[in-house]
Amino acid sequence: MKELLMGNEAIAVGAIAAGVQVVSGYPGTPSTEVLETIAKRNPGNVHVEWSVNEKAGAEVAAGAAYAGARSLVTMKQMGLNVASDPVMCVNYIGVKGGMVIYVADDPGPISSQTEQDTRTFGAYAKIPVFDCDAPEQAFQAVQDAFACSEEYETPVILRATTRVCHGCAVVDVPELNAPKAADGFVKDSKWVIFPRLSYQNKQKLMAREQNLSELFSAYQGNTIEGSGKIGIVCGGISHAYVMDAIEGHEAAFQVLKIATPYPFPDKLAEKFLKTVEQVLVFEELDPYLEDRMIYHMGRNGSDPLRIKGKRTGTVPAAGELSAVTVAEIIERETGVATSIPQNTTAEKPDMPVRPPVLCAGCPHRGAFYAVKQAAKGRKAVYHGDIGCYTLGNAAPLNMVDTCLCMGAGITMAQGLSYAEPDTLNFAFVGDSTFFASGITGTVNAVYNQADMILVVLDNSTTAMTGHQPHPGMGITMMGKRTEPVDIAKVLEGIGVKSIRIADPLDYQASVNAVKAAIAENGVRALIFKSPCIAITKPKGQVTVDAAACIGCMYCINQLGCPAIITRDGRAFIDASLCTGCGLCTQICPKQCMKAEEV
Amino acid sequence: MKNCLLCGVGGQGTVLASRIIAAAAMKKGLFARTAETIGMAQRGGSVVSHVRIGETVTSPMIPQGKADVLIGFEPGEAAANLEYLKQDGIVIVCRSEVTPVTASLGQSGYNGAACVDYLRKQAARCYLIDADEICSACGSSKVLNVALVGALAASGAMDLNIDDIEAVLKERLKPQLVEMNRKALSMGAACVQEK
Repeated sequence: MKELLMGNEAIAVGAIAAGVQVVSGYPGTPSTEVLETIAKRNPGNVHVEWSVNEKAGAEVAAGAAYAGARSLVTMKQMGLNVASDPVMCVNYIGVKGGMVIYVADDPGPISSQTEQDTRTFGAYAKIPVFDCDAPEQAFQAVQDAFACSEEYETPVILRATTRVCHGCAVVDVPELNAPKAADGFVKDSKWVIFPRLSYQNKQKLMAREQNLSELFSAYQGNTIEGSGKIGIVCGGISHAYVMDAIEGHEAAFQVLKIATPYPFPDKLAEKFLKTVEQVLVFEELDPYLEDRMIYHMGRNGSDPLRIKGKRTGTVPAAGELSAVTVAEIIERETGVATSIPQNTTAEKPDMPVRPPVLCAGCPHRGAFYAVKQAAKGRKAVYHGDIGCYTLGNAAPLNMVDTCLCMGAGITMAQGLSYAEPDTLNFAFVGDSTFFASGITGTVNAVYNQADMILVVLDNSTTAMTGHQPHPGMGITMMGKRTEPVDIAKVLEGIGVKSIRIADPLDYQASVNAVKAAIAENGVRALIFKSPCIAITKPKGQVTVDAAACIGCMYCINQLGCPAIITRDGRAFIDASLCTGCGLCTQICPKQCMKAEEV
Repeated sequence: MKNCLLCGVGGQGTVLASRIIAAAAMKKGLFARTAETIGMAQRGGSVVSHVRIGETVTSPMIPQGKADVLIGFEPGEAAANLEYLKQDGIVIVCRSEVTPVTASLGQSGYNGAACVDYLRKQAARCYLIDADEICSACGSSKVLNVALVGALAASGAMDLNIDDIEAVLKERLKPQLVEMNRKALSMGAACVQEK
């Protein structure tokens, strides 16, 4: 049946069609919908879990594959860093059932810390990589990845980028059946990694690289289109941009599309290079394909300077590509006209500036504001972390001084306090991030007698990636009830002596809790508990007594809530956004704001 | 090939609107692609959805200067994305502005009415949609996206008519919401037909 599927949904459906039996992962934009879709369309006996982090997920998938099941672990590119310990090793051991590691890269970056490239990681780890260029192709690629994994007894990386993950296309979806049971784990010394075994297996890995390169030169996903003299090399979404740019002028070009970046299809590249006079390489993130082409020409003794891409400054070094960028470069470098019109738009009036902000009614706003007020006058550093609450950095809160990677705020707070003992160090961490990678850092703080205040922003969900369940919520991705892991008890068990729980939307109680923590020494914890507004019904609505409002704008200037706007010089509540959280009513100097319950 | 760009602010329902348009095309046996803003940028940020219909489409993203229609859920966002519209393209824009926090804090200037004037001057055909009126008549602020899709259908620019859209709504919406959305659809369509 034909369906309009997002790239991630197409990968999910393809994985089910391939008979996947165990699926694990950790949410991260733009990868999240793969696992969610498998859970939604579960044909019966597929185990689907949100693991506590990507390392746990990869190990779950490896264990299942050792037993002969087809397994899939999903993550974004940052998650691959977390999972890299098991991923780098499992390649040396190999698998019995097909194991696919799905990694979503984020050119731009649009919602990530780095512009790292999983193709480069695959080549470094010596794990075959299949690249996705469109939803309908990704549906096939995941099935090919499973077949390759099982035949060559190796984990395989399936890689996509944001525009493929989140783009939709019409895909022909077959009937999906439950997977067959795995044949089971067979005891053998080959499953135990030892230096001697790794030495032997490294030789096999290098030999396999050669074999797969030959095989991939004939793979249906790697294609040469056209027969023109201007060569273009691309892969993933850049193929779509190239085809848009040269539409109507195809005769001048020959387009090599690479769907298996590692091992690289050497023979196909050689054939292409023999028939073109110049080569332009269009790709996002690393100059990966470009380097492979240069390597070939260097090895064959031909002139590698014919290759133009990121290395020559021809293609932008960072950020996303677009059909317009590609067209401009083609016109400049080849003199051939493209189908993209020149921009002729007239000068514009003032445009709205909309950086992402904490939602109206977000409990994090209350937590940040309470800490800010309670620590007023103190020399303090506020460490942020990865999640919605990174948005606490924006004016007027300005409450995120550092942000690095998952869980880093807790441990960076410790390091900074050793270097600068007179600072008060706050580490803000969300509930899901705390479980994913905050516990280790907290143990480190207690053990090494750090002086810091851990602030857990517990909104009872993984909000930023679209509200996935986590260990503190009492429900699994299979929909089963489970005993919630209690954050306060975890902290108590680790040995944190000072733990306070407060409602961040109760302003005075929150300020008091923070002040009490500041007065103490050692590792102190504050847990701000209030559910994300996106998963709860609005409490009510705030109204402003326009006659009493003096237009001081203290509410807006202090809180920056998107529901408060100005109208005729007075504060005005946008009823479509206000959730009635009442934070503004508690700080208004004229007490002219009132929260009414509905 | 037909291209439609939808733009607005996170939470206004642009994603659902683009999926409805693409699904309507699919129902008619056409091939379609879409691309939407999902994730961090949704939190009150600017969002853009691309819908492309036709067998020869390879990219989910509409190149600049190639959109047959630009649907603005908000006047400033429509003005910001005008580069995507082709020479004789159509603009369908909602009059009501969404004030960004940066403007409330005095960090940036923004005037929705100035953007509406700009669009009317620049575009060959520009239809204004009175969102407040339609939403209050239908009893929900959530029908804005459907009203705009109604206007799109009435314009004929994507070769989809009201019946094509209604067929998708019936499939996707809970039965009790169908009537309200049908009203929004026809009120949106009326904004184009009156011209």
